[in-house]
Amino acid sequence: MNIEEMLSRNSFIELDARKRARALLDADSFRELIDPFERVTSPWLAQQGVVTQADDGVVVAKGIIDGQPAVVLAIEGAFQGGSLGEVGGAKIAGALELAAEDNRKGIPTRAVLLFETGGVRLQEANLGLAAIAEIHSAIVDLRRYQPVIGIIAGTVGCFGGMSIAAGLCSYLVVTRDARLGLNGPVVIEQEAGTAEYDSRDKPFIWSFTGGEQRYHSHLVDAYVEDDAQQIRGVVSAFFQKGLPNKNRSELYPGFLACLAEVDASAQATPETIRAIYKKGFSS
Amino acid sequence: MEKIDFEYPAGEPAIGRILTGVVGSGDLEVLLEPNVAGVTTVSVTTSVDGFRRVWESLLTRVFTAVPLPASRIEIHDFGATPGVVRMRIEQAFEELNEPSQK
Repeated sequence: MNIEEMLSRNSFIELDARKRARALLDADSFRELIDPFERVTSPWLAQQGVVTQADDGVVVAKGIIDGQPAVVLAIEGAFQGGSLGEVGGAKIAGALELAAEDNRKGIPTRAVLLFETGGVRLQEANLGLAAIAEIHSAIVDLRRYQPVIGIIAGTVGCFGGMSIAAGLCSYLVVTRDARLGLNGPVVIEQEAGTAEYDSRDKPFIWSFTGGEQRYHSHLVDAYVEDDAQQIRGVVSAFFQKGLPNKNRSELYPGFLACLAEVDASAQATPETIRAIYKKGFSS
Repeated sequence: MEKIDFEYPAGEPAIGRILTGVVGSGDLEVLLEPNVAGVTTVSVTTSVDGFRRVWESLLTRVFTAVPLPASRIEIHDFGATPGVVRMRIEQAFEELNEPSQK
């Protein structure tokens, strides 16, 4: 990207969750469900002395993408690290379930998920986990009818139970700033020690879980610039393409074959991982 | 966490409702809705305890300097500095006049 492009582009990462949703929908089609003024928010945070956000950090936006009904579910990464509790999780799961219901009634509603999340909200423990499990089954339900597109723009990334949600999407889109991983860097360091995984070494962290590495390891489908226009274009293209031949999560035998090749006696490097995963999972 | 309420004289009811900011580190969320004519209420929930007097002087300065539409304002603060608080409130009143944001 040269300076001209840099100045003319519209950063997606800099947008908050609501503006990201707006940027993906056709002009003037944005309509928010359970908006912040309805104050459907976490009943658990205040009890633990944590200030609550009126929308519980999740935006449910109904609208139109390329003339077809769509719902965009955007997580606000700045609020509690994008963590999902009972309410935010239920908003996403409920919206996905309604989209699947629409399809059974002949309304071709599609879904885009904007992941910016560390996973479950620890203050809400099991309720958050239950909500994430509901999100998983709702994605699997909806993706039978319409592509479910996941976007990880950054800079929070996508971890924990929500990284599984990302893996279940029909298509996954990332930027260079994105990270995707089951365990966050701090958790890995805590369990394995700094010699194994130094969570403060950012280039090291991104070299393993960053968007570029995940793209070259075939764990995501598109690698894009931090540009709202380009991201919208990619979403459009994937919707036009329709359902994938096989969902990534159905390719698990291929994943297992890759894992079997990993030599656990030597320290893994980003290059060895790419070399193993680049063969693909179709086997 | 501390909850503080304020009340100020105001003009006619605000038209529309606006949300600005997020409950993120050093930031705050401002929800602005119309109130009955003549009075603006501000309800602050903040993660930082013991700053009642700072909130009071800041909000008094904002809501008594120029006449503002009567509003019901809810603030969810996550450690914003007075400067940021003031900008978020002013942003809310400014966006009231931009129909596209409603």
